[in-house]
Amino acid sequence: MFGWTGKILCLDLSKKQYTTLTPNQNIYDEYIGGRGLAGYYLKEVIKEPWDSEKMRLLFFTGPLTDTPSPTSGRMTIMSRSPLTGTLCDSSVGGTLGGQIKKAGWDGLIITGKSQNMIGIEIIDSSINFIDASNLKGSTISEVISKFEKNSSTAIIGPAAENGVLFSNIVLDSHHFAGRGGLGLVMANKNIKYIKVKGTGKTSVFDINELRKAREKIFRLTAASPILLGELGISNYGTGALYDLMDSRNMMPTDNFKATKFNYAPKLNAYQYKNKYEPKKTGCPGCHILCKKIGKNNEILPEFETMSHFTALIGNKDLDTVVKANNICNEMGMDTISAAATLACYSEIKEKIITKGKVLSLLYDIALSKGIGKELKLGSYRYAELKGQEEAAMTVKKQELPAYDPRGAYGMALSYATSTRSGCHLRAYPISHEILRKPVATDRFTFNGKARIIKISEDLNAVIDSLTTCKFLFFAATLEEYAQVFYAVTGIKTTAQDLLKKGERIYYNEYTMNALNGFTSKDNDLPKRFFKNPGTSTIESKIKPLKRKDFLKCLKDYYKIRGLDKNGLPTKKETEKLGIEWKD
Amino acid sequence: MERLIKKYSKKLVEHGLCNEGSPLIGGLEVELIWNKKDPSRKILEKVINSLNITSILFAEPAEPYFSILNYLSFKANELTIHPKDCETRTFLHDIPVSLKFEANSIIKILKNRKSVIIPKHGIITIGTISPEQTFIVYSSVCFALFVKFFDDYYYSITSNNINEQQKTIFNQTIDYYKNFISKIKKVSSTNNISLKKEDEVIKSIIKTGKLTVDCLMVDSFFGNISYKLKKSIYISQTGSSLDELIGCIDKCPINQSSCAAITASSEFSAHKDIYLNTKNKAILHGHPKFCVIMSLLCRKNNCKFKGQCHIKCPEKRYAKDIPIVSGEVGTGIFGLYRTLPPAIKNKRGVIVYGHGLFIADKYSLENTFNNLIDIETMCLNLYLEKVKENNAI
Ligand SMILES: [Zn+2]
Repeated sequence: MFGWTGKILCLDLSKKQYTTLTPNQNIYDEYIGGRGLAGYYLKEVIKEPWDSEKMRLLFFTGPLTDTPSPTSGRMTIMSRSPLTGTLCDSSVGGTLGGQIKKAGWDGLIITGKSQNMIGIEIIDSSINFIDASNLKGSTISEVISKFEKNSSTAIIGPAAENGVLFSNIVLDSHHFAGRGGLGLVMANKNIKYIKVKGTGKTSVFDINELRKAREKIFRLTAASPILLGELGISNYGTGALYDLMDSRNMMPTDNFKATKFNYAPKLNAYQYKNKYEPKKTGCPGCHILCKKIGKNNEILPEFETMSHFTALIGNKDLDTVVKANNICNEMGMDTISAAATLACYSEIKEKIITKGKVLSLLYDIALSKGIGKELKLGSYRYAELKGQEEAAMTVKKQELPAYDPRGAYGMALSYATSTRSGCHLRAYPISHEILRKPVATDRFTFNGKARIIKISEDLNAVIDSLTTCKFLFFAATLEEYAQVFYAVTGIKTTAQDLLKKGERIYYNEYTMNALNGFTSKDNDLPKRFFKNPGTSTIESKIKPLKRKDFLKCLKDYYKIRGLDKNGLPTKKETEKLGIEWKD
Repeated sequence: MERLIKKYSKKLVEHGLCNEGSPLIGGLEVELIWNKKDPSRKILEKVINSLNITSILFAEPAEPYFSILNYLSFKANELTIHPKDCETRTFLHDIPVSLKFEANSIIKILKNRKSVIIPKHGIITIGTISPEQTFIVYSSVCFALFVKFFDDYYYSITSNNINEQQKTIFNQTIDYYKNFISKIKKVSSTNNISLKKEDEVIKSIIKTGKLTVDCLMVDSFFGNISYKLKKSIYISQTGSSLDELIGCIDKCPINQSSCAAITASSEFSAHKDIYLNTKNKAILHGHPKFCVIMSLLCRKNNCKFKGQCHIKCPEKRYAKDIPIVSGEVGTGIFGLYRTLPPAIKNKRGVIVYGHGLFIADKYSLENTFNNLIDIETMCLNLYLEKVKENNAI
């Protein structure tokens, strides 16, 4: 077998036992790896509550992981979300995926619960459950300091242990499996850390062919101003988007009550570059290196964090952003949800949060102290508790990221249709609505967006399953990755054949959410976007979304996706895609 | 969708790529819509329904492209054409051929490529997002085939291996091109005064961009244009059409204090370095065909960089006063932003191998436009001289 190892490690923590699973080739053919394969194995238990012993926590690599394919240093972590109740997955970088492959595994399926807090240490096929009671309450860097340098790890911080519904799993020291609370699922199983070391090597079918495909991909990325241009994310990190969102009047401000923050030009990526003199870093096998680490080893914030910890909460201080980012990282919680929950709190309490208060509230959340006991439940539950639901800017209870949907209508649709709740990454329409790739689309119309979003969702499902990086697809296409896939696995494929698999993977996710009762009424946006305008300037006017147009677009999307009018899977479509489903 | 379909079927005709009435474009939202009735729709419907895409274009190209297409596709080995120009190399990789105008054969190819050519029928292209993609790819294919024909022709001449069909197409096309270029009107002189105000700059960029496209000196949406005013560069956005630049010009502070211009042209760095190292204020970049063809004509045997001319050519090559340099799009290790700025010092312009022409001027974009026409005319004549020289031997 080339690309895959053909083996999955199943760990039962209740029994402290493990077994090996060897999937049939057809499962690999249909679900590829990463997010696709993890989804396939999550479905068997998806109706279980997130904290049940039977619930699985899945760590899955893809056939490209640990090969010289460009940006293949990624993997997927998946389970059911404590925050939203939908499935929850995160494509995450760092070295863990590579080591899992080197150790001989395509993925890990973890079930059960340990009595005591443990670490799981894997060296090739030797698996050890280590008592980690002494690490209870430790921050991410405290745990890392106990290990030899450059260990490949997945760790939870105090936030997860204290029941924060949006707690993360942190890979190595600075790659975050974020959003819906994967950290809490890991905490519930009583795992403080997982450490993996492998001594093998993923075999590649045809290294020369891979070299040819790499050359094409490098040529395309070099031609991309967004990736490798002087102002692009290689030089400035994802924060390069900050000025753009400001200039397009779509930076969520004051809990989405406005879309322009007057202080933004003083808080952009250029300011971080001057102040922190960052160096480039990133995932193994990546030539773009979008992560930025400051001269004093500060982990600099990503775009979403930069935006939400300034405009959304009214903070004008750069240092506070870096500190807030650091607290979230050390405590292990999602920066988007943390900032958005503070914004919701600020709106409900009708008070501005001072910069000192931002930091102390974050500690309160992570440590479940005082008001933190309520805020750790996320903005939806907090607002509900206070009887002010309209202050929660969430989709399916998950806080929205830093792209105001009134400034990009494809984004509006894709927030609603995302299978992992309010999320920008499922279809990433910013690519064409703002960044003009592969071509520009009109950002202020729903026309034509239904099919575009559907195709993009399929595409990103493939990307997360191979696995590779979404950013690369501002430049590259599946044409080049079909060649990479063949070179690695020896299985001939085409761009369209891969996209078909993406369609299956995405639809399978719809069936999982449907099994848990999610229907069309959940695929909706907060009322504010339909009622209130954003901030308009001469260059661009940000009007409220037209509800009628949005609903029509959603209806079109269901037709194109092969869902019924309630947004539910159909027998016809599942049969066509070979997915298990009962009407 | 309907608007875009109309827009691009019209544009194909305006750009001289198709004859009136020829483009058939289909767009798929919930339902599939077409711009016209056509017997080919049955086959194309099958194609679009078998692929995860939003748009499809089929058209017989106008002359001389159609003759060139038929000639090159009938002699293609392995049913794939491998042009050497930069657009093909970067975005298309190669141009596949289907000998049959039949759905399954077309689907098989389009599962992994953006275009397919069918001898005696025309070109089919597809788009995942918008009909604009079908137009861009169509235009790139026509450009690539044109350039390849003349590159091949020169090779056939020098190796004494020319056939009648080639000669006929050559004569027809050269007549057509001579006639076409002689009709282009230059802009009246601007007294060599540089612009002082932002709105003048933006107006001038929009106007010159449109001129460049209208006289067909750039194919599809490739090409870029900029002007330096005070401490900022005003530059066309990535993937913008030079004839539709309203709202598509980015203002980039030269000290990079804002990333808002992350959407600026992929050649922003090259433009910036030219401005930093010379007294120029205006830059225009297009893909005039004979500039590109001339840059490919190097038949040096035993060169150790054979096959790598586009990145490693060590020679100092010229078309008269215009240097020809290697370099790829953008900022990679072989990026033209390394080779172009030093070469353009004290020159009107520079040709990048297999790619196009960059022209810089101290005063105005009008001057760059006039130089574009001059240099392309010069390259056409140079090419004809070279052909003549070798024909005589
Ligand atoms: Zn160009």
